[in-house]
Amino acid sequence: MTVLDATREMFRRDQVWPFLVDESSAVDVSHNMILYVEGLSVSFDGFKALNDLNLYVKDGELRCLIGANGAGKTTLMDVITGKTQCDQGSVYFGQTINLLQRSEPEIAQLGIGRKFQKPTVFEAHTVFDNLELSLKADKGIWYTLRASLSSEDIDRIDDVLELIGLKEQRFMQAGALSHGQKQWLEIGMLLASDPRLLLIDEPVAGMTAQETERTAELLTSLAGDRTVIVVEHDMEFVRSIARTVTVLHQGTVLAEGTMDEVQNNRDVIEVYLGEEAGEEAGETA
Amino acid sequence: MISLKGLFGEKSAPTAGSLTSGFTSRTTAIVVVVLFATTILASAANLWLSPDSPLYVSTYTITLLGKYLCYALLALAVDIVWGYCGVLSLGHAAFFALGGYGMGMYLMRQIGDRGVYGNPELPDFMVFLNWESLPWYWLGMDQFWFAMLIALAVPGLLAFVFGWLAFRSRVTGVYLSIMTQALTYALMLAFFRNEMGFGGNNGLTDFKDILGFSLQSDNVRVALFAITALMLMLAYVLSHFIMCSRFGRVIVSIRDGEARARFMGYRTERFKVWLFVYSALLAAVAGALYVPQVGIINPGEFSPINSIEVVVWVALGGRGTLYGAIIGAILVNYAKTRFTAIMPDGWLFALGALFVLVTVFLPKGIAGFIEQRVEAMRGDSGSGGDGGSSHKQQNAEGASA
Amino acid sequence: MFANVLSSWGISVKQTRQLIGWVFSLSLLLGSSWLYAQQSIDKIESTDNYAVAISADVDQLFKDLAAANLREKSNIITSLDQQSGREMLPVYQAMLNGELYYDKESLQLYQVKDNDQGKESVYSVFSGELVEGQTAKGLKKVRVNNKLRKQLRGSIARIQLLFGERAERQAAAQTMLDNISPETLALFQDAAENESDQEIRDLLAVGMAMNTVATASATEERVAAIGVLSTRLETPVRNQLMNLVDKDSSGEFVEQDAAVRAAAESALKEIDGKIRFYGFMEKLFFGLSLGSVFLLAAIGLAITFGVMGVINMAHGEMIMLGAYTTYVVQLLMPNHLEWTILVAIPAAFLVSGSVGVIIERTVIRFLHGRPLETLLATFGISLILQQLVRTIFSPLNRQVSTPDWLSGSIELNPVFSLTYNRLSILIFSLVVFAILMLVMKKTSLGLNVRAVSQNRNMAKAMGIKTERVDSMTFGLGSGIAGVAGVALSQLTNVGPNLGQSYIIDSFMVVVFGGVGNLLGTLVGSFSLGVANKFLEPVTGAVLANIIILVFIILFIQKRPKGLFPQKGRAAE
Repeated sequence: MTVLDATREMFRRDQVWPFLVDESSAVDVSHNMILYVEGLSVSFDGFKALNDLNLYVKDGELRCLIGANGAGKTTLMDVITGKTQCDQGSVYFGQTINLLQRSEPEIAQLGIGRKFQKPTVFEAHTVFDNLELSLKADKGIWYTLRASLSSEDIDRIDDVLELIGLKEQRFMQAGALSHGQKQWLEIGMLLASDPRLLLIDEPVAGMTAQETERTAELLTSLAGDRTVIVVEHDMEFVRSIARTVTVLHQGTVLAEGTMDEVQNNRDVIEVYLGEEAGEEAGETA
Repeated sequence: MISLKGLFGEKSAPTAGSLTSGFTSRTTAIVVVVLFATTILASAANLWLSPDSPLYVSTYTITLLGKYLCYALLALAVDIVWGYCGVLSLGHAAFFALGGYGMGMYLMRQIGDRGVYGNPELPDFMVFLNWESLPWYWLGMDQFWFAMLIALAVPGLLAFVFGWLAFRSRVTGVYLSIMTQALTYALMLAFFRNEMGFGGNNGLTDFKDILGFSLQSDNVRVALFAITALMLMLAYVLSHFIMCSRFGRVIVSIRDGEARARFMGYRTERFKVWLFVYSALLAAVAGALYVPQVGIINPGEFSPINSIEVVVWVALGGRGTLYGAIIGAILVNYAKTRFTAIMPDGWLFALGALFVLVTVFLPKGIAGFIEQRVEAMRGDSGSGGDGGSSHKQQNAEGASA
Repeated sequence: MFANVLSSWGISVKQTRQLIGWVFSLSLLLGSSWLYAQQSIDKIESTDNYAVAISADVDQLFKDLAAANLREKSNIITSLDQQSGREMLPVYQAMLNGELYYDKESLQLYQVKDNDQGKESVYSVFSGELVEGQTAKGLKKVRVNNKLRKQLRGSIARIQLLFGERAERQAAAQTMLDNISPETLALFQDAAENESDQEIRDLLAVGMAMNTVATASATEERVAAIGVLSTRLETPVRNQLMNLVDKDSSGEFVEQDAAVRAAAESALKEIDGKIRFYGFMEKLFFGLSLGSVFLLAAIGLAITFGVMGVINMAHGEMIMLGAYTTYVVQLLMPNHLEWTILVAIPAAFLVSGSVGVIIERTVIRFLHGRPLETLLATFGISLILQQLVRTIFSPLNRQVSTPDWLSGSIELNPVFSLTYNRLSILIFSLVVFAILMLVMKKTSLGLNVRAVSQNRNMAKAMGIKTERVDSMTFGLGSGIAGVAGVALSQLTNVGPNLGQSYIIDSFMVVVFGGVGNLLGTLVGSFSLGVANKFLEPVTGAVLANIIILVFIILFIQKRPKGLFPQKGRAAE
């Protein structure tokens, strides 16, 4: 490497100098894996919500989690985002970061974003404010006290508004949005925070077919730069976006593979897709 | 940066649907102007008009107004944590009283050998209890700056420790309210004890002068009133800026969905502790200004009912709006003054009824009523979708608590 | 059987009778009137001067007594002591109280005291019956001085010791231990010969042993007597032993005999050990008693707060209303004070319960799902109720009297006794708790309440009238608070602020025990009560209170859901 190259490398516009990078947020994905979940167990009052669960997610992957109610999908997300303490196991973000030792805000600042089952936006704030608060920025007290929007921030928010189709409603109070719009706003808040890993819980519940389609488009476009994990019950939707599907059952991974592989898996047919498969068989007949 | 912000006019323009910027800025200006004008006029009317003049304001009235303004500052403090952050503190009187005791200790030391027992070092009650020397925590309280430092530091520290413990372990809602009430109750019991060295039951009283000026003189009374008004204005403007900053919006987010705010990367417990300490400091300032004007501080100030009364001022005025707290405090206290003069027994009935009526029929308080009116007036020209916002907020508040 | 068991614990037959009578809510009035019916005054011969027959000698002595000066009176009493027995007791007592009068003409003795209406009346000195037609006008008081009073007390003790009822004999023996003299020793020996009761014989033996320790010269004899004393807890015994090991001002031992000193020391050690143990038991009892008060005050709250999730700041006032209901019931039936408590319990339940239902229907219902507003509104209600009571009854405290069967105490030994009112409140609180548990677990109301508390919408969907259940639950919680007020009226003064002083403690108990868990409330209240009473001697009452509050504040940090949290995902 010549001196010139080195200098160029040093002043590349698209990256930050290493000493400016907050160490805690540097995700080491040198083995091309972004999330390691190993031997995870969680029990509530005797009931095992997760039972020795193993899950590995590649960097840039779009992964769908499916499973019956109580299979442990939401609990898994709770553990990853720090909401629920686990009894056993380990969760690593990249090679080095042990998520189990971190609190929810720390995990969020690492670049793990989450969308809840029920849309939760700040109803007293405007759409714009909701996005502003989600921006990837210093989330400390002193910074927020004197924070002001830079033109890049405004542009970013405008981009997101465009993307989620809420440009008209930017100064509307979020509480006044429709259910679907709230879903979009929440996705927008996720995007504004520029996460490495997105955990999305039932994104299309309450959306029209058209909106569902747009969501599918959005999620597929996100994958690659970011890693996306989606929990969804809508099988059509899963089929339309999924490359890899993981089936959870009673707190463990039952099967993993492409949609077709999973659908042909006997265990899966038995416990979860049985009904669905039967229906489909009827349709084709 | 500030000029840049101006460029994106839509954001900060008063026509924006958000109530956080335009509307509040204007009300802040109004509040400050009204306070300023009242202070100047009342002071002038007291100092330069002859007592025969119909416009003369008696020193009694000045002191009463000063007292109201102290209460308004206390209400502001409660409103900041309750209205904006959803933390219903039933123990803010504790911070108020601690600030008051700090000032009281200074004033007590100022009495010097003019006390009944004529002891130059010890306050009368210590002589009465046969104490030999000043307890260590009374040392240095004869210095005004040091006493004021303590009057702020102690409540601030208490708020910090309590807030840190409570918010870190995520004690919220009603639990937190009861904890704060227990806190002030415990302090009340403690201050009632003679051994504490704060005058026990009688508290601290019989003050003579402050910074060398006699507390009895009209000029000092007016000056205290003016300083109180000034502090209220300062606190109001400062709180306005805090609440309009991104910090303030994070605080409101915590009120409406703390878990969500946490998942966005905000360490909500730190925000809450910060706000709680800020609020406690405001309450302490109010207490420190209150004592020289009323001339006494005793453990009764800690009693839980005082704290709850503050909450009803805020509820009546309208929580979540800074001016609402001030309106509520002044209104209720004025009513109390009038009421207790006419029919002393009736006051508790009235206060009790006020609690019930406000919570059931006027959940957003007077300020909510005013804002509804203002919004209705702007309704034709303004942006759409403003309806039901207050209602929604109400629900969110209930759900989070 | 039952009596045997109890007496083996040191509870006498009469106490057992009382105990039984009290447990079954029979009044002591019944018990003691039965006792008095059995007791008849021995008839000797009759003279018409007094309703009771007395000998002519005694009659003469009475006449002398009326006219005698103070010194002569002393002699006359000595003679009376020698010539008569039990029947002289009322005379002595009247004389001691300054109620003994004599007719200036006939020298006949009478007792003069105020009757029920507070009017001075004349009674027969023996039978205590009203002497019709006789006024106090012509009567003159038989004067006594302190010396005479002392002698009278001695004589009364003597009569009681020799002829009294069992309890009287015991009390007399105990009093006489204070001052063992050769005369009392003789009396003790006399009494011990005729005494059938083992316990009293022991007591008499103690008196004789004390005398031996004080007067005997042989070392072994004194050491043996100290051995007898070493098992006793009476204060005079301990004082005597303390004196034995004391030093005088010059640093010399008062007691010369080293062996006696050593024996006294070991005996003292034994006694002190026992006293410490009973001191511990006493603190435990007081702690449990305080805990029972907490429990009564808190279980109503545990229902409204824990099960319904409604903060009722007016809960303390529900307790206060219960206490005032007791007061009113006593005003309404002044002639049946014994029964008022039993009437007051259901009455207070109804009064507080219906006030609770009214509050729920008119205010709380509209604040559903807004706990902080509920808190404020109910606080307002508490202010109104307090002021209402102040206006109706006056701001001053009201005295609620305690029926006889609740006053007094079981004295297990000289340093440890259980007062009936505390004991009964302890049991009462447990009974109320048990009933409540039954209601919650076994009745359909309880089932509905639990269903609504777990999932309101689901319960509604299943056809449970949730609004009705809310009212009922709130009424139940408030009603129990009222019942708690009845119990509290037996312990403290009844005033408008009664409830306020318990509300914070009650909340602490509920929070400490774990919201929504009745058992947690039980454990919470008793542990806080006991902790409070054990801290109190060390730190003082106020500081103990503060320490407990601070402890709970810290405890909540560690375990925000209390001692017994609701588990599972439902709790999230």
